[in-house]
Amino acid sequence: MKCEDVLRQLVAYLDRDVDAHTATEIDRHLEACRGCFSRADFERKLKAQLRAAGEKRAPARLRARIKGIVDKF
Amino acid sequence: MEEERRRWFALQVERLTDRLYGTALRLTRNAEDAEDLVAETVAKAWAKLAELRDPQAFEAWIRRVLNNTFVSEWRHRRAGPELAEPLPCEDGAEEAFSLFEKLHQPFLLWWGNPEESAITNFLREDIDRALDALPDAYRVVVVLVDVEGYSYPEAAETLGVPVGTVRSRLSRARDQLQRSLWRHARDAGLTIGGSNEM
Repeated sequence: MKCEDVLRQLVAYLDRDVDAHTATEIDRHLEACRGCFSRADFERKLKAQLRAAGEKRAPARLRARIKGIVDKF
Repeated sequence: MEEERRRWFALQVERLTDRLYGTALRLTRNAEDAEDLVAETVAKAWAKLAELRDPQAFEAWIRRVLNNTFVSEWRHRRAGPELAEPLPCEDGAEEAFSLFEKLHQPFLLWWGNPEESAITNFLREDIDRALDALPDAYRVVVVLVDVEGYSYPEAAETLGVPVGTVRSRLSRARDQLQRSLWRHARDAGLTIGGSNEM
């Protein structure tokens, strides 16, 4: 697989939206190509940052409200 | 038996409150609405608890309840066919934007690894701000796929749109997100001598 093919499918690959054969081909390419590996690594870290956007400390007011709801069950 | 079930449920909800609130905040963009969404989710989850076959899957299940509750109310509020407003085009540029390529410039490489440095220097607020700036139809897809880890078909099913729509919205939303982060990296001096061009 060539670099341009990998880069074209990189986002789908990171989102697990490619078939198993393509994923294996991309894995192999990333093991051998430093440039594409750096790009994949960057996109992975950006995804991890986005995932972390869903981690927030809930306010005490919400915790108390939920306790009140559950206590009534 | 019922008391044991209730205690188990309370314990699980307590453990997951931060995560549910975090996702709710990204979906609603508003602390008060996020709290209402989590409270509604908890009440719904209790009412539907008999539907949960595997207790080990509680986290994924209640997160799905939260996402479905938000999407259902969001679609109801709009009360019309699902239309994604177009994203504003930056400087008339049509081609895909790559933050990596912007940061990975030969002249920047003299200073080490600029893309690595920028990504570790982005603050939570930068990411939150970039996400919150996306129009609803795009932000919801990013939250489902990138924050919640949904597959494209799962996101499509939740939103009631074709998988191709998820792909195209995600692509445009990520393009926009990377432009926002580039602007931030440039303004905050996270790039060294970076180009002002978008």
